[in-house]
Amino acid sequence: MVESSQNDNIEILTYSEVEEVGGYIGNFEVKIRKKARLVDLEKCTGCGTCYQKCPVKVPSEFDMEMGMRKAIYVPFPQAVPNVPVIDKEHCRMFTKGKCSICQKLCQADAIDYEQEDEIIEDKFGAIVVATGYDLFDASVYGEYGGGRFKDVISGLQLERLISPSGPTGGHIIRPSDGKEPKNVVFIQCVGSRDVEKGRPYCSNVCCMYTAKHAVLLKEHLPEVQTNIFYMDIRSPGKNYEQFVQRTMEQFGALYIRGRVSKIYQRGDKLIVKGADTLAACQVEVEADMVVLATGITARHDSKEVATKLGIPYDEFGFFTELHPKLAPIETVTSGVFLTGACQAPKDIPDTVASASGAASKVAALFSSDRMSMAPLVSTIDTSVCSMCKACMEVCPYGAIQEEEITLRDGTKKKQLTVLESVCHGCGACVSTCKSSCIMLRGMTDEQIFDELMAVAQ
Amino acid sequence: MIYQLNANVRNFGETISELSGVDISTCYQCGKCTAGCPVVMEMSHTPNQIMRLIQLGLKDEVLSSPTPWLCASCETCTTRCPKEVDIAKIMDTLRILALKEGYKRKEPNVVAFNKIFLDSIKNNGRLQETKLAMAFNFKTLQFFKDMMLGQKLFMKGKISFSGDAISGVDAVKAIFERSKGFLDKGER
Amino acid sequence: MAYGYYPGCSAHGTAKEYDISTRKVCVKLGIQLEDVADWNCCGASPAHATSEELSLALPLRNLALAEKQGLNSIMTTCSACYNRLKVAHETVKESPETLDRINDIVGEPYNKTLKVTHFVNFLSEEVGLEKLKEKVVKPLKDVKAACYYGCLLTRPPELVTIDADPENPTIMDGIVEALGAEAPDWSHKTECCGASLALSRTDIVVRLSGEILKAARFADADCIIVACPLCYANLDMRQSQIASRHGVDYSLPILFISELMGIALGVNYDELGIDKHMVSAANMLREKGLM
Ligand SMILES: Cc1cc2nc3c(=O)[nH]c(=O)nc-3n(C[C@H](O)[C@H](O)[C@H](O)COP(=O)(O)OP(=O)(O)OC[C@H]3O[C@@H](n4cnc5c(N)ncnc54)[C@H](O)[C@@H]3O)c2cc1C
Ligand code: SF4
Ligand code: SF4
Ligand code: SF4
Repeated sequence: MVESSQNDNIEILTYSEVEEVGGYIGNFEVKIRKKARLVDLEKCTGCGTCYQKCPVKVPSEFDMEMGMRKAIYVPFPQAVPNVPVIDKEHCRMFTKGKCSICQKLCQADAIDYEQEDEIIEDKFGAIVVATGYDLFDASVYGEYGGGRFKDVISGLQLERLISPSGPTGGHIIRPSDGKEPKNVVFIQCVGSRDVEKGRPYCSNVCCMYTAKHAVLLKEHLPEVQTNIFYMDIRSPGKNYEQFVQRTMEQFGALYIRGRVSKIYQRGDKLIVKGADTLAACQVEVEADMVVLATGITARHDSKEVATKLGIPYDEFGFFTELHPKLAPIETVTSGVFLTGACQAPKDIPDTVASASGAASKVAALFSSDRMSMAPLVSTIDTSVCSMCKACMEVCPYGAIQEEEITLRDGTKKKQLTVLESVCHGCGACVSTCKSSCIMLRGMTDEQIFDELMAVAQ
Repeated sequence: MIYQLNANVRNFGETISELSGVDISTCYQCGKCTAGCPVVMEMSHTPNQIMRLIQLGLKDEVLSSPTPWLCASCETCTTRCPKEVDIAKIMDTLRILALKEGYKRKEPNVVAFNKIFLDSIKNNGRLQETKLAMAFNFKTLQFFKDMMLGQKLFMKGKISFSGDAISGVDAVKAIFERSKGFLDKGER
Repeated sequence: MAYGYYPGCSAHGTAKEYDISTRKVCVKLGIQLEDVADWNCCGASPAHATSEELSLALPLRNLALAEKQGLNSIMTTCSACYNRLKVAHETVKESPETLDRINDIVGEPYNKTLKVTHFVNFLSEEVGLEKLKEKVVKPLKDVKAACYYGCLLTRPPELVTIDADPENPTIMDGIVEALGAEAPDWSHKTECCGASLALSRTDIVVRLSGEILKAARFADADCIIVACPLCYANLDMRQSQIASRHGVDYSLPILFISELMGIALGVNYDELGIDKHMVSAANMLREKGLM
């Protein structure tokens, strides 16, 4: 991220959101809201005095609420730019109308409570959607405590506990009492492959991240025993299967094939009631900590983003590619590309591969002034067109537009035209047009009849 | 053990699906049913094994298993199954089918209890707990079972030998007569 | 308006005190109960283990009778009866075909007009916790009462729905708290006691009920509150067997929710029938100054 931010050809707009998207491939008109961070980017030296002295503490989103941050904060140590932002919802200047400690202490005079959102309107040739995912909220699993047990945590919370910059400085301890866990249970497929919870799909990454967690846990706490409840181990990536085997053989993880039915608290232990279907029995583990390998879901706002961009999404809110095999990066809207987990659960290698793919697609698009496309696009015979505009309504790609032309005698006239770069040649307009004035190039009625006659002969 | 699977492997499963209204093929053998079942300790086949055996079409093995008779109908399995399989309903279906087809009683006490219980309703419209317990002990030759408890209950005024029949006994009898599936052919 | 009341078979036998105290408590709350005349047994587990039609027809006769009697609702105190009545009601509501078939078997038409409730959701929905609080004359201070829901009150959740969260129900806890007692969050609220195996496989019941008592003890409970005669029978009447089998004598009083209410609402102790229990609650109540 730091490297990208230093590249002359890359501009990163952080703390910003796309508000509106208009136009079409090569000519997108985008309205972006650059939210007021209340800290002057140019003036701030990143000294950190403000967030050291800010009196308001709020659970840190980045640390999965296991640590605290201030009302003025840098979300995480590697953030780009490394400039704090004020959280209006909690800052005393906004909740109580007084405080200004950070403003008084800032040597660079960078704090500006009056700063307002900025709207940027610009033209872009292509859009790559990389909005990622949300973690499944495991509190719907009442049988796993429904969020009542402090020591039942998510995989992402464990990541924060392992991280040297996390809330415990990389010391793996139980949230409830700060003790090091000795017996840890992992449960895979939580919020994945579960029809009852509305998530029938496989989240793709949790088998492997659980194996990684078991290894990291053992490296940090050599005495620890890890027990992993799984249904299947899905490890088809390069070297992934060997990694899982090493997790068992060298890092002592006990893989137990079966789901867990219930977790309950007994004293300071968590009793995990699961099954081992291979041994055909019930198993009970007295655990110090349970890690739920929660799955990947579409972002909570994915449907709104899709509507802004004019791209479809599936029943779970993941964005839909143009073709699952042949066009996995493109969308129905030419010039809008998908990458990463916003399209489907993906791990980092797959995300990077699709991101590289999207970047190449954009580079190829921009490499020449003209686009080469499949010739099968529709055309309108404007001399016959009655301007009923039925075609405009049925076109799923918004390829038909109204334009104004000036005739030779100087009078102006409105007519419809097909944006060839946007048309996919689906033919919806052709079959809708009552005056038969739209034709697909290379597939006119005459051509189809001739073809039929030839077949019939 | 070797099971011979032939082209009719799915027939039994389809029968069970039809009788129970529960699609047998949905079970993906995660074991969550077994993980939460309170009586799994006593079962020869765990609930997910029963599901698997049905999928394999092993009718005799399933219908002579004591598992359905040990099932307490607590519905823990049904409630938590990630594939929404109503296993408790399957257990009901298996009990009914095993009776109908005269499979050997693996849990004779449970079968006897159900029969005495229903006879009591059929004849009185309501259950008479005292008579039920006595008849059950008599039938299963456990004459002194719960004797102490019975004495205590008697002292507490909870035991009555008088009938508690309703005036609509005939209506209830008619319900028994008209209900399908109440077909105990006895043991095969 | 009178509420239809379905006592269920145990009300005349092993759970007499549940019936007695329920009636007393309802009088205190100004609720008029009207028994469903000539009701029959709901069929419990043996019916659904034997014939699906029988398991629907037996409860449906009661619903049809209640309707004929001019009642709008039917309330029962037994979880098993509630489960069977509610499942039958919901099943025929879903499927007109089944309704026709079962109506033919019963010989009395049921028109699906009843509201089927269990005593606990009746209390929290029809009576309301606020009203209940107002009527308390003897708050149950310092009583730690573990609410036990068992299986049939919460499962299957789509059909019986007495609580939004079937895994950690709190509806009874709310009632108990309204009476001034403390309802601890404990692990075995919805674990099975083995109900239907009570006579046929008593060994299993003894094991399962023992685990429930152990968990309640672990939660430091003074007593377990039940809302079902079968749960009661297993937890109270099997305690001496549990003691000899597990080597621990829990001596944990098991009280029906109506009995606990009776005490708080000022019903005379002798009128509640609490001394019919196998495990006496007298010591506990005396200790807490409630007797
Ligand atoms: C516990 C856990 C451990 C994992 N461990 C591994 C691992 O070890 N190896 C591995 O390969 N994979 C791992 N993964 C998977 C990995 O997290 C994903 O593959 C990866 O994050 C996907 O990258 P992404 O860029 O598509 O999405 P994200 O990482 O989610 O990034 C999306 C970004 O877009 C931003 N955004 C969203 N909406 C908007 C908007 N409207 N406007 C502007 N910005 C927006 C978000 O704030 C976010 O910064 C793990 C996942 C989990 C849950
Ligand atoms: S990746 Fe593994 S843990 Fe995750 S949903 Fe798929 S099978 Fe389950
Ligand atoms: S819980 Fe459901 S899917 Fe899992 S093994 Fe049991 S029946 Fe099959
Ligand atoms: S319903 Fe039967 S099989 Fe299912 S969990 Fe309960 S006892 Fe076990």
